[in-house]
Amino acid sequence: MKLIIAYIRPERLNAVKAALAAAEIGRMSVTNALGCGQQRGYTESWRGVEEEINLLHKVRLEVAVNETYFDAAIRAITEGARSGTDGEGQIGDGKIFVVELADCIRIRDGLSGTEAVGGITPPE
Amino acid sequence: MTKKRLAALTTLITLSPTLALADEITPASAGALDIVWVLISAALVFFMQAGFAMVEIGFTRAKNACNIIMKNLMDLSIGSIAFFLLGYGLMFGSSAGGFVGTDKFMLSTADPLTADGRFELAYFLFQAMFAATAATIVSGTMAERTKFSSYLLYSLILTTFIYPVVGHWAWQSDGWLAQRGFIDFAGSTVVHSVGAWAGLVGCWMLGPRLGKYVKSRNGKLMARGIPGHNMPLGALGVFILFFGWFGFNAGSTVAGGDPHLPAIALCTALAGAAGALSTMTLTWLKYKKPDPSMTLNGALAGLVGITAGCASVSPSSALLIGLICGVLVVLAVNFFDHVLHIDDPVGAISVHGVCGAFGTLSVGLFAEAAYAGEGVNGLLFGGGAGLLINQLIGVGAVFGWTIVTSLALFGAIKYTVGLRVSPEEETRGLDIEEHGMEAYHGFQMFTNQ
Repeated sequence: MKLIIAYIRPERLNAVKAALAAAEIGRMSVTNALGCGQQRGYTESWRGVEEEINLLHKVRLEVAVNETYFDAAIRAITEGARSGTDGEGQIGDGKIFVVELADCIRIRDGLSGTEAVGGITPPE
Repeated sequence: MTKKRLAALTTLITLSPTLALADEITPASAGALDIVWVLISAALVFFMQAGFAMVEIGFTRAKNACNIIMKNLMDLSIGSIAFFLLGYGLMFGSSAGGFVGTDKFMLSTADPLTADGRFELAYFLFQAMFAATAATIVSGTMAERTKFSSYLLYSLILTTFIYPVVGHWAWQSDGWLAQRGFIDFAGSTVVHSVGAWAGLVGCWMLGPRLGKYVKSRNGKLMARGIPGHNMPLGALGVFILFFGWFGFNAGSTVAGGDPHLPAIALCTALAGAAGALSTMTLTWLKYKKPDPSMTLNGALAGLVGITAGCASVSPSSALLIGLICGVLVVLAVNFFDHVLHIDDPVGAISVHGVCGAFGTLSVGLFAEAAYAGEGVNGLLFGGGAGLLINQLIGVGAVFGWTIVTSLALFGAIKYTVGLRVSPEEETRGLDIEEHGMEAYHGFQMFTNQ
């Protein structure tokens, strides 16, 4: 079991969701995130005074998967999140972090482990 | 609204005080009442700018809110000044062949030492607010992707030239449409349709917002919803517009003691209410739930629809006109979005263009002599098709003029300074890219568009 945490461009979320759905992965959590990396920040001005904004708007996506779905999930997120034309990536497209998942427990019935992670079919 | 009406009223007041509108009013005090009424109405119509701004902001995304504020403030500012310098003269100056005015530029003939001159200053202010209203409608149709500088250029030309010429045709007593007996009391066509048809051209030339139309699996273009970010602001905007509309319609009597005032105000309220009711009902049936954003559009549709005929039809007819407009607006929004793929984020083409045209035509159907004046009856009240044909000619002529001039205007802008921002700017938002600041600094907005 692995937990995939991806920081992506907000406007790529729909494409990532579509790619994950195509790989039969339909469970995820999405939150707002602010962050910075190699992509530079931007400058705002307030009544003539400039202000450097270092944190950019990103979306944080978390997907827990069993080993069999891991490669497909990474491929789907990578492809969906690239912002250039013809699948080219650009600075600012984000990063994916992967952590080993110790356990997963479904609150409804206490089911745990790989069965609780599930992730077979996305809801129609 | 027409000068003819104004002149007739002035004559009435000065020559036959016994015929005056309220028993005790002397000519002098009637003049003061008119000025006060016109100024109050001008302020009400001014406030409609706030309504437009809030509707547009609410119905679009958070990242473009500053841009919409700037467009609404600046089309009012540039519009008032342009209308003062040139527009008012072209609209109300002495007529050259019924086509365009030739004097009164910068209010040169308004003598502040005379009552007439002082009235004209108030009248100008009222009319300038109308010009700005026509301009601001386009802001909505072209929202979220238009270059700010190009928008400023557009609003300058609309208020200087495109709008005043139409106004001259219909509202200067020597204008060719006015001479034919065309009735557009407060501007369903003159104000609302002009803005909407210009917006239609601009919207079409710009193209849709990124991600608005996507290819579906069978290769057909499919419309996607881009939800507005603040429905309470959008609703506040509609309430403000409804409020301001009492000045827009009833103020168009430009006479404080006008006997038509109660009927005009009542027709305005009934049509707006009816528009909201029929839109809500239709969306409830069509989409299973009553749609707030569309119902808000429905109220505006009813108001636009009654603007032409509010001084010519009975309250019952106003109710019917409002109901029809509420249905029309839903069908039109669907048609422009799903069939023509013209991306109008706030539905302004449907509200102001389609319902403006229908409202103007409806005068030819529903006008009644008891409200419209001696001998003016629509088709349904025994007046024959004459008025309806006049209305049709007016609607068609204004459509043709606005489309052709807007094509030239937006075409010229597109191939010189450019009409649209870059895809990167559009994605990040016009607020940061065009104005260097965010509307909701310190707030986290969840966006994925």
